[in-house]
Amino acid sequence: MIGARTGALLVWAGAAVALLALVALAFAVGSYPVAPRAVLAIVLAALGGDSHGASADAEAVVLVIRGPRIVAALLVGAGLAVAGAAYQSVLRNPLVSPDILGVSAGAALGALTGIWLGADAWVVQALAFGAGLATVALVFGLAASFRQHDPLLLLVLSGVVVGALAGALIALLKVLADPHNQLPAMTYWLLGSLAAVTPADSLAVAPAIAAGMAVLWLLRWRIDVLSMGDEEARALGVDAGRVRVAALAAATLATAAAVSVCGVIGWVGLVVPHLARLLTGPGSARLMPAAALLGAGFLLAVDTVARGVGTTELPLGVLTALIGTPLFLWILARARRGWQ
Amino acid sequence: MTLACTDLAYGYGARRVGAGVSLAVAPGEVVCLLGPNGGGKTTLFRTLLGLIPPLAGRVSIDGTDLATLPRAAIARRLAYVPQAAPGYFPFSVREVVLMGRAAHLRAFATPSARDRAIADAAIARVGIGRLADAAFTRISGGERQLALIARALAQEAPIIVLDEPTASLDFANQARVVAGIERQAAAGIGILWATHDPDHALQCADRVALVSGGIAGYGPPRAVATAAALSALYGIGVAIEEDAGGARRARAAGDAAPI
Repeated sequence: MIGARTGALLVWAGAAVALLALVALAFAVGSYPVAPRAVLAIVLAALGGDSHGASADAEAVVLVIRGPRIVAALLVGAGLAVAGAAYQSVLRNPLVSPDILGVSAGAALGALTGIWLGADAWVVQALAFGAGLATVALVFGLAASFRQHDPLLLLVLSGVVVGALAGALIALLKVLADPHNQLPAMTYWLLGSLAAVTPADSLAVAPAIAAGMAVLWLLRWRIDVLSMGDEEARALGVDAGRVRVAALAAATLATAAAVSVCGVIGWVGLVVPHLARLLTGPGSARLMPAAALLGAGFLLAVDTVARGVGTTELPLGVLTALIGTPLFLWILARARRGWQ
Repeated sequence: MTLACTDLAYGYGARRVGAGVSLAVAPGEVVCLLGPNGGGKTTLFRTLLGLIPPLAGRVSIDGTDLATLPRAAIARRLAYVPQAAPGYFPFSVREVVLMGRAAHLRAFATPSARDRAIADAAIARVGIGRLADAAFTRISGGERQLALIARALAQEAPIIVLDEPTASLDFANQARVVAGIERQAAAGIGILWATHDPDHALQCADRVALVSGGIAGYGPPRAVATAAALSALYGIGVAIEEDAGGARRARAAGDAAPI
């Protein structure tokens, strides 16, 4: 008989090993297959080991094409899932995803503006990131300007309204865009993809996603107290407004960074936190690591399918929805009782 | 450690619920709030806890205005037992009680082994040890109420404010909660207690406040909670009987029209 603590450690270790196996598979699979042993040799060589003995093509595939894409999938998946868990706790609503306050809509508006102006890829990313953050700041400002109301309801309503406005402007840009090269780029961006991720991209987003997740991890217990309700949290000595702003800002930072490199990817931030909560319960100290592992694994698996099946790459947003919808319905059927 | 308010007006923005309230709770005292449904007891509590700002007058702890204190400082002095709502996420009873320690922890800290021991002791004191691992969302209203009392005990505040703590309890648990409140008062905790049952005020209180859009009376129960005052407060005939042991009970009498 093993103790509960040892059992939990074994489960976490098992999940980490499964994720590593998935990473190895993702490196090997694709239109240019590379043997797992060659992948390992190439990665070790890049980290300062001996020469790997594989071909230069294999090295390019592993280090320049698949490596950054896998790193980005892990980071974006973990970031979106942890941000989603935080949003659901802090807004006390199991149906919200991290774009409820307009970060994705704002980022999309920024990115499409960049594409419409014919800007470079990095400018498009910077515009997406900046506009995503600015949109959520605008939503916070709007909600704060109406006092004496339920702050939570105002925040979500402001997010919905601003998101709808951004949606209208996005539609306008699509109408104005050149239908032969700009419009396909816009459509592709809106459906989400990791195909164009460069090594520089995955390095650029890593700090923002890591910082957002780190702040959420530090706030994990306060977020739990806040999820009991504003008034209860305040009576217990927690500054509810300040914790909520800090948690939402950190989650938004991670989400904006994720969306800026890979476009809009729905469902990860909604479905994965539920799956994690089903496994660990609502306490953030276990929920957040579980969501991070599951989110990273989920997005990597979906992205590997997206580039491994068929001759053209499937858009990620389409695949996450195809997988996410039945998964979400299954979770609903299992977990409904737990919420109320 | 005294919680006091002077000439307090309370309500929400333009909607004034009550005014002219002055009362005080010191360690070891039991002050009961009696009043009809919709009389504004919960709104008064929210104002006394600093959760909503007073419309006029002030609330103070040992002379310090509540509005100048950070939330954690208030929560180390005042614990609140609200009317039990199920909450949103299925935390265990133990996790919920542990949240009572929030005011004693720094911003990024998580509960220590000592905090967990304090929470477990509070759970044992209210007698819900068998529910410690049950989901707070799935237990009965009365059990939730007991868990919230345990959470207030874990908060280790010198004054506890309880909003209708016996409302959803069965007969035995009502008696246990009332006995528990008396024991806390005997141990030096100040109790501010809104109750629907005049007998609680008649039997346990050092002072009674009759609340209906302000305060209709405030003082020792024998002087304030008279049959005439309770009749006026509830709009129904009330008789007060005293048994051989000196315990007094209120009884609806006369023109109690059935609903």
